[in-house]
Amino acid sequence: MAGLSGRMSTVIKAKVSKMLDRAEDPAETLEYSYQKQIELLQNVKKGIADVVTSKKRLQLQSEKLEQQVVKLDTQARQALAAGNEELARAALERKQLCQNELQSLDPQIAELERQQQALTDNEAKLRSKIDAFRTKKEVIKAQYSAAEAQVKISEAATGVGEEMADVGLAMQRAVDKTENMRARAQAVEELEQAGTFDDITQLGSGQDDIDRQLAQLTTASSVDDELAKLKTEVGGGSAPPAIAPPPGAAPASGPTEGETA
Amino acid sequence: MIVRIATEGQYRLADDGLRARLNELDNAAVAAVEAGDEAGFHEYFAQMLELVRREGAPLGDDELTESAVILPPSDTSFAEAAAEFTGDGLIPD
Repeated sequence: MAGLSGRMSTVIKAKVSKMLDRAEDPAETLEYSYQKQIELLQNVKKGIADVVTSKKRLQLQSEKLEQQVVKLDTQARQALAAGNEELARAALERKQLCQNELQSLDPQIAELERQQQALTDNEAKLRSKIDAFRTKKEVIKAQYSAAEAQVKISEAATGVGEEMADVGLAMQRAVDKTENMRARAQAVEELEQAGTFDDITQLGSGQDDIDRQLAQLTTASSVDDELAKLKTEVGGGSAPPAIAPPPGAAPASGPTEGETA
Repeated sequence: MIVRIATEGQYRLADDGLRARLNELDNAAVAAVEAGDEAGFHEYFAQMLELVRREGAPLGDDELTESAVILPPSDTSFAEAAAEFTGDGLIPD
């Protein structure tokens, strides 16, 4: 059969014969391919662990972004309440960027989830095949003459070899996909750590520019408050009574509450 | 006839007529790739997979049998299919 399936068959069969032609003697073929199977099973397990790690990392980024969205929303409200429309707009713009980033993360996490499931299924299938091979190996050793054993061994080894080549292919595809996502996750993380991503996606933890401006705003308004109070005390009350604080009211709280965050 | 869908598993197909049908679809898929017809490729390739899954019985996990036909993975992209016919193919050594 030519075409896609023909090419695929050729590729897989080449891999199988490569996997098996190292051993000449039938008994050696049995042991050798069994060893290779066990090795591959370990690799599949490692591959699954890698996918899980990548998925967790993306989930963590997603959680951070969600927190950032909430925070920026709060900041936008604060800025607007303080009459700084420009700052509110900046916060909302950043919030939008975070939401866009979140939207691109969701399908990636779903894809990794799918990869993980597919590899887990593959691992279970390969494990069954290896068990079947082990049983067959003992039967062949015990029951067949040398010539017959050779044929049986070659059949079983080819059958299990094809499964191994196929699981190997599934692993390779999963790893390729995961690596792309990992590279992207890492790039975002590095930019975040370097703090150089401020105007593109707001992933920075701790105090960023908006925090600082809001802190300044808070400081400025508490300075204004204090100044106004001072004016009424010293100058004999130019402020309208409706706005003046009731006697005994607590003074404006510390100007830089946010800075310790 | 044993058919494998790569990265998925093996199926036992009873009818030899299915092989001819599969071959037709395979040729149509290849023609679509060569013509740069992405939609056509996906359509024919999906039909191949569907045929095997619908008509085939999955092989038991304890059966160690070589496949007569191996289909590419179901998530094969158009670019990968195109690469099958040029350069190193799907799995470079």
